[in-house]
Amino acid sequence: MATALVLVTTADGAADDVSQQALTFARGLAAGGPVHALVVAGEPGAEGVPAEAVAAGLGTWGAAQAHLARHPAFETFAPDAIAAVLTELAARLDAGVVIGPGTEAGNTVLARAAARDGQPFAANCTAVTLGSPTQVTRQRWGGTLQEEAALRGDRAFFTVAPHAVSAAAVEASPAAVDAFTPDIDDADLIVRVVDRVAAAVGGISLAEAKVVVSGGRGVGSADGFRPIEELAGLLGAAVGCSRAVTISGWRSHVDQVGQTGTKIAPNLYIAAGISGATQHMAGAKGAKKILAINKDAEAPIMAAADYAVIGDLHQVVPAISAEIRRVRGT
Amino acid sequence: MKVLVCIKSVPAVAGRITLTADARAIDTKHLGFAIGPHEECAVEEAVRLIEAHGGEAVVLTLGTAGALEQLRDALALGIARAIHLVTDGAEWDPESTTAAIVDAIRADEAASGPFDLVLVGNEAGDSADYQVGVRIGRALGRPVVTAIKGLSVADGRARCEQEASGGRDVFELPLPAVVGVLEGINLPRFPSVPGRLRAKSKPVEVSEPARPAQRLEMQRLVVPQGAAKQAVVLGQGADAAPAVVEVLANLGVI
Ligand SMILES: Cc1cc2nc3c(=O)[nH]c(=O)nc-3n(C[C@H](O)[C@H](O)[C@H](O)COP(=O)(O)OP(=O)(O)OC[C@H]3O[C@@H](n4cnc5c(N)ncnc54)[C@H](O)[C@@H]3O)c2cc1C
Ligand SMILES: Nc1ncnc2c1ncn2[C@@H]1O[C@H](COP(=O)(O)O)[C@@H](O)[C@H]1O
Repeated sequence: MATALVLVTTADGAADDVSQQALTFARGLAAGGPVHALVVAGEPGAEGVPAEAVAAGLGTWGAAQAHLARHPAFETFAPDAIAAVLTELAARLDAGVVIGPGTEAGNTVLARAAARDGQPFAANCTAVTLGSPTQVTRQRWGGTLQEEAALRGDRAFFTVAPHAVSAAAVEASPAAVDAFTPDIDDADLIVRVVDRVAAAVGGISLAEAKVVVSGGRGVGSADGFRPIEELAGLLGAAVGCSRAVTISGWRSHVDQVGQTGTKIAPNLYIAAGISGATQHMAGAKGAKKILAINKDAEAPIMAAADYAVIGDLHQVVPAISAEIRRVRGT
Repeated sequence: MKVLVCIKSVPAVAGRITLTADARAIDTKHLGFAIGPHEECAVEEAVRLIEAHGGEAVVLTLGTAGALEQLRDALALGIARAIHLVTDGAEWDPESTTAAIVDAIRADEAASGPFDLVLVGNEAGDSADYQVGVRIGRALGRPVVTAIKGLSVADGRARCEQEASGGRDVFELPLPAVVGVLEGINLPRFPSVPGRLRAKSKPVEVSEPARPAQRLEMQRLVVPQGAAKQAVVLGQGADAAPAVVEVLANLGVI
């Protein structure tokens, strides 16, 4: 029975979604072995929900014991300091497995912890069988390809890919909370968020939009996006695009959908002049329905789309907008 | 200043991934190769830093003989010289990749002075291990930041920005440092014809490091079976508009 230690990151006073999934994953994995969790927090006082309550609440996701590391350095993100605490705690607990959420923060902290501990690390796993070696299945290419790999270390460090499992609550009492103040080396505080600059946020966020209308290389130019924007406006949708569009400078990278862009999960995704490359679809697979508009009936996107219009988007898109206006009588 | 940018040559997969018979690699018979997207932006960032501050940018890859093409692409954009750690095509895990890169960095620094910055992609386009940059930093005792979308250097410090909800988080690192770059930090330029010509005569230092035992060893690749759909064709051209609007209405979108 290997003891599992899970790094939990928080949002709005609770474990964030991917951390809940990581705890659920750890429970399945340890097969009866105890699940410990680590939460870090700054000075008490300013927090909406006290970190002690957050830590105790991890019992909901199956953590038997929650370790709360409180230190002023944790007021802002300090990945080396978190990694130092995580590695020390793993050694103290003699944990056989150290797990994190497969997010930017989780991946960077677990990579740092593994490097400190002189161990290999597997990012974004969807299945893990402990043993010697430990067998992992992990995501490549934004999840469009899976890798089965052997992980050979004295301690298994990995992160759990988002949605690899659904978070499942257990009927358990609150986790026992062990609060402590770690000693943190100055060298581990060099990498630390020292400032926050606010950004003007406007429009509909691509990641959260219920409808997204995207254009690809087929749109042909920056100006060519006007009809796409018009349709998006009529549907209350966000505008997205493919990488072919961003590298041409037609739209900003914030609009890019895909493996190296934004992952979207709308009810409807309208993709015009987009071929449906795997790296693009890696960002669109959360869409419930896809409508492809493409002049090529054989384009790969046809195998991912629910509906298709075959034709020139420069005619199809304005015609849809006109029909919406006609139906609405505007 | 002296900047190193580490790139990985990855297959330019488009429509569908096909694997080799032994399922240990992507079948690249009909595919080209490309620099990973984050790394393409790291190359651009390196070129801009040298344009702004003077000095030298160097590009490095650990990859097959064919990866020379991706090194030349970077040289065509204004990188001065390349380091090619040639492999036989077998995959290298992140720890052995790091070890080979760190050896090359140490050798280059012994010969021509320290790198102020090592730029890497946030994650490799293919294997997405999320760790080589972190490990390089650890091995060299240099601070590392990842997921960076804004970078500027002044007075021996790097200001690095990361997207956060409602704004950007700022890190300030003393140089030398390692920075993991995300696509979107800049818009990479396209190589010019003279740039391409110049690239041909720029120096490429070649060596063949030995591949150590692998501690994260890929055994098999699997293409997940997404249910292949058969799209319902709503029509051809502009005439399809009424059928589309009917679907939009049924989906509750309008
Ligand atoms: C590691 C890696 C990561 C990547 N990440 C991403 C990513 O995050 N997002 C992303 O999008 N790509 C990504 N890519 C790039 C991806 O492989 C494709 O190159 C890209 O998605 C292609 O964009 P596209 O579909 O707009 O262009 P194309 O593939 O050129 O397709 C254009 C389509 O438009 C159609 N068309 C042309 N004219 C018209 C017209 N008038 N009317 C209707 N249809 C028309 C054509 O039939 C074609 O199907 C990545 C690549 C790599 C290697
Ligand atoms: N074989 C390689 N050669 C050069 N750089 C690499 C190699 N593998 C990874 N890197 C660099 O390290 C970054 C992170 O890779 P990874 O940890 O594999 O996701 C990449 O974006 C590259 O910049």
